[in-house]
Amino acid sequence: MELILDILLNPVVIALLKIVVIVLVFVAATGTVMTLMERKWMSAVQDRIGPNRANIPFLRDFRGRGALHMAADGLKSIFKEDTVPEGVDLVIFTIAPFFGFISAVVIWAVIPFAAPIGDFTFQITDVNIGILLVFAVTSLGIYGTVLAGWSSNNKFALLGAARGTSQMLSYEIFLGLSLVGVFMVNGSVQVSILVANQNTYWFGDVIPKWGLFTQPLAFVMFFTAMLAEAKRLPFDAPEGESEIIAGYFMEYSGMRYAAFMLAEYIAMVGIAALVTTLFLGGYHVPWLHAEGFQIFGWFMAVPVWLVSALQILAFVGKIIFFCWLIIMVRWTIPRFRFDQIMELGWKKLLPLSLANIVLTALVLLAVDNWNL
Amino acid sequence: MPPLTALIKKDFPKLYLDSHAQHGDETVSIKRAGMLELFLFLKDDPRCKFDMMIDLTAVDYLPRSPRFEMVYHFKSSPLHHRLRVKIPLEESACQVDSIEPLWVAADWYERECWEMYGIDFQGHPNLKFLLRYEGFQGHPLRKDYDKLLMQPLVPMRPVAERHDYGEVFQYVQEPPPSVPEQEPS
Amino acid sequence: MSSKRRPTTPDFSAQPMTIEIGPAHPATHGIVRFTAQLDGEVVAAMETEIGYLHRGFEKEAENSTYIQIIPYTDRLNYVSPLINNVGYSMAVEKLFDIEVPRRAEFARVIMSEVSRITDHLTCNGATAMEVGAMTVFLYFIKAREYLWEVVEEVTGARLTTNWTRIGGNANDLPDGFLEMLRERLLKVSDVLDEGEKLVLKNKIFIDRMKDVGILSKERALEYAFTGPLLRAAGVPYDLRREDSYSVYDEMDFEIPVGTVGDCYDRFLVRQEEMKQSISIIRQAMDKLPPGDFMNRDRRVFYPDKAKVYGNIEGLIDHFKIVMEGPKPPPGESYTAVEGGNGEVGFYLVSDGSGKPVKCRVRPPCLNYVQAVPEMTIGHYVADIVPIFGSINMIGGELER
Repeated sequence: MELILDILLNPVVIALLKIVVIVLVFVAATGTVMTLMERKWMSAVQDRIGPNRANIPFLRDFRGRGALHMAADGLKSIFKEDTVPEGVDLVIFTIAPFFGFISAVVIWAVIPFAAPIGDFTFQITDVNIGILLVFAVTSLGIYGTVLAGWSSNNKFALLGAARGTSQMLSYEIFLGLSLVGVFMVNGSVQVSILVANQNTYWFGDVIPKWGLFTQPLAFVMFFTAMLAEAKRLPFDAPEGESEIIAGYFMEYSGMRYAAFMLAEYIAMVGIAALVTTLFLGGYHVPWLHAEGFQIFGWFMAVPVWLVSALQILAFVGKIIFFCWLIIMVRWTIPRFRFDQIMELGWKKLLPLSLANIVLTALVLLAVDNWNL
Repeated sequence: MPPLTALIKKDFPKLYLDSHAQHGDETVSIKRAGMLELFLFLKDDPRCKFDMMIDLTAVDYLPRSPRFEMVYHFKSSPLHHRLRVKIPLEESACQVDSIEPLWVAADWYERECWEMYGIDFQGHPNLKFLLRYEGFQGHPLRKDYDKLLMQPLVPMRPVAERHDYGEVFQYVQEPPPSVPEQEPS
Repeated sequence: MSSKRRPTTPDFSAQPMTIEIGPAHPATHGIVRFTAQLDGEVVAAMETEIGYLHRGFEKEAENSTYIQIIPYTDRLNYVSPLINNVGYSMAVEKLFDIEVPRRAEFARVIMSEVSRITDHLTCNGATAMEVGAMTVFLYFIKAREYLWEVVEEVTGARLTTNWTRIGGNANDLPDGFLEMLRERLLKVSDVLDEGEKLVLKNKIFIDRMKDVGILSKERALEYAFTGPLLRAAGVPYDLRREDSYSVYDEMDFEIPVGTVGDCYDRFLVRQEEMKQSISIIRQAMDKLPPGDFMNRDRRVFYPDKAKVYGNIEGLIDHFKIVMEGPKPPPGESYTAVEGGNGEVGFYLVSDGSGKPVKCRVRPPCLNYVQAVPEMTIGHYVADIVPIFGSINMIGGELER
């Protein structure tokens, strides 16, 4: 008995369990749901009904308001013929879709879902390089784009890959620079510290010190750069379906194509999670402390399990809000031209992020010197 | 006689053949030799100022003796008048001068006319098929081309040729500045 | 030099890349093929190839009677078929010297303007979609659907209208039509405002459209541009004012004119033209006189069924019109109407028989597509799409 408990409480086993729960259950499910929600929200914006035709014929044509499209899409991709065009580099062509997929999934290793209870953290691992790991992993996603475009033996794919590479490489810089301010404020890059610091308050306990309030400029820049990094509209020039058709994954079909799509949606949820963690206090519910709600001296005790549950719910809610925001952006505004993307990055975001760093440094100095 | 017709009759008596103003459309028939001279006059003269080449086509009157007739429609945007110019053509001498140098719009219209009627446009820079495909036989808008005529099947081109799209027609507007090679000192 | 040693000055000069845009490319709606040479992302050279949708309209017309040609004209500009119907019928009426009743003229004006709105909605929507604003496209298509229901109410079909006849129209405007159209116009102008709010205050959209695909006034005239593209280049050339055919001289409308002649100007000109069209339709509906919808001239009018079955003259008239077609006097005529895309001209030559010797259509698109390389060279690949969208190429009209 003790042996079994020992095995179960082994940190490795616990980490594996967390991976299963977070990646396989939460992330995969959210990504799949987002493929449907994108179409549903899009159709709401565009004054249409949206997908609602997939049904189960033996259950009185059960449709579930289009929910079955998730299953239908998956089935279709699995059974679709896997065409490989003439002259592709088969090895690279095969592995390319999974680079994007892996980089979209590994982000989740450092995202906390709720405040730790004792030794148990709601986080796969809390490495001390935290966000830097995220950067390292997201840059891996570039390989997916480049290799897919290069190996496809198609000029449009090559164009898409070239655009994708330069865009992602450039925006990685602004991604990092925009967060320097956040690191300066918190004095750390470890995710648990970043989140915990946002759970403190200004003016007694009224306004939470969320990244959104401490670093508003960084929030806007990070969100923009993240959109570009994930190649979502208005930065989807690498895919640009009206000009270079589908860009780098033009020649893919069946399950390989589905891997690209799923990676895109998982990356979208990942962005939402990152932005939430860094700027919206992560799992933080306003005025909810470890013991219960507390504001203006008013106190209400909440049991520990309920605190964790509320925090997870709040975290998921914030993620869904950001997913919704990203989708709304996509269906409201047009696409940048490639050179305009570069111009926005190097001529506007770069000076702004540098200015943000200087400004943050000055404010921090002032705070330190005069004890503001 | 409408003013433009009178003008052309007076200034180009050698070219002038016939005129009418049926249904209010001013029409002049002219001879082929020296036609560009008249067209240049139509484009540049302050009384004409035909800056738009609206339409260009041919008509096949099969049993008649000048079998073909080129028909040009012009419009003047500053002076708001129109003119139709017709040039009768014998089947044996089925050619006119290209007006592409005067109105760039005539480029594709002449290509179309060339492939549909077999009228040769002398001086056209790029007389290639526009609507027809290579290997099409005959001139489809001639009256002796039967509507139900079947074309021979064009053989499939070999793969290498299909993938080789050939030279691109260059619309180079200005040549790139050439960098002078530096002499080793 | 040994094989291992690198050349001292490596040759990094890039080779231009040739890409084929079309015939099967999402942006080349209608079918057209561009062969572009790219210098990086910039188009260095470009060639256009058309001919994928040529159906031999002129040959077919030479073998048909004048009435049989009318349905073929639907298939020219299939986004605004009624304008083609009107233009062709006017050309034949000119040959016959037939008067059209005033009520029929007003009905023609109303339906032409409805078609113009559907044409411009399609073009502007597609242009917006191609720079990525999918939502605007769907809004505009929704508005187009409102109007196509109106067209269906009158002609019985949405696209293949076949509505005008020589000397009038196939039928009168149906009961309750004016109320329906008024209500639909309100909806359409709402959608127009909505769409404008989405794109015209959007910096990305303006950046994508401005200074792209410029063709100067002089070049546009030399290319014989007509319609919205010439007006966007700054020439107030509108056949409705220029020739004031039909009853357009009784209508009060403005001609929107652009300044530069880029894609943005074209978008704005089309947008404003739709508003002017709505105003023209409202005026025409107010002025719509009572009367007949068809000139009952024996030469062109199908006799009433009672006469066909009841007496021998009616039967013979009907037989002659159906079998031989109406026979105009020998002669030629050219009539141009302001189509959705520009000057749609019909040049007809008659030798006195029931079939035309020549039935030529002057396609406004041909000039635009011809000028695409000149507008595109020096721009980015991504700019091909809005440029091509803004010229509104309609395959059926381009290649006839």
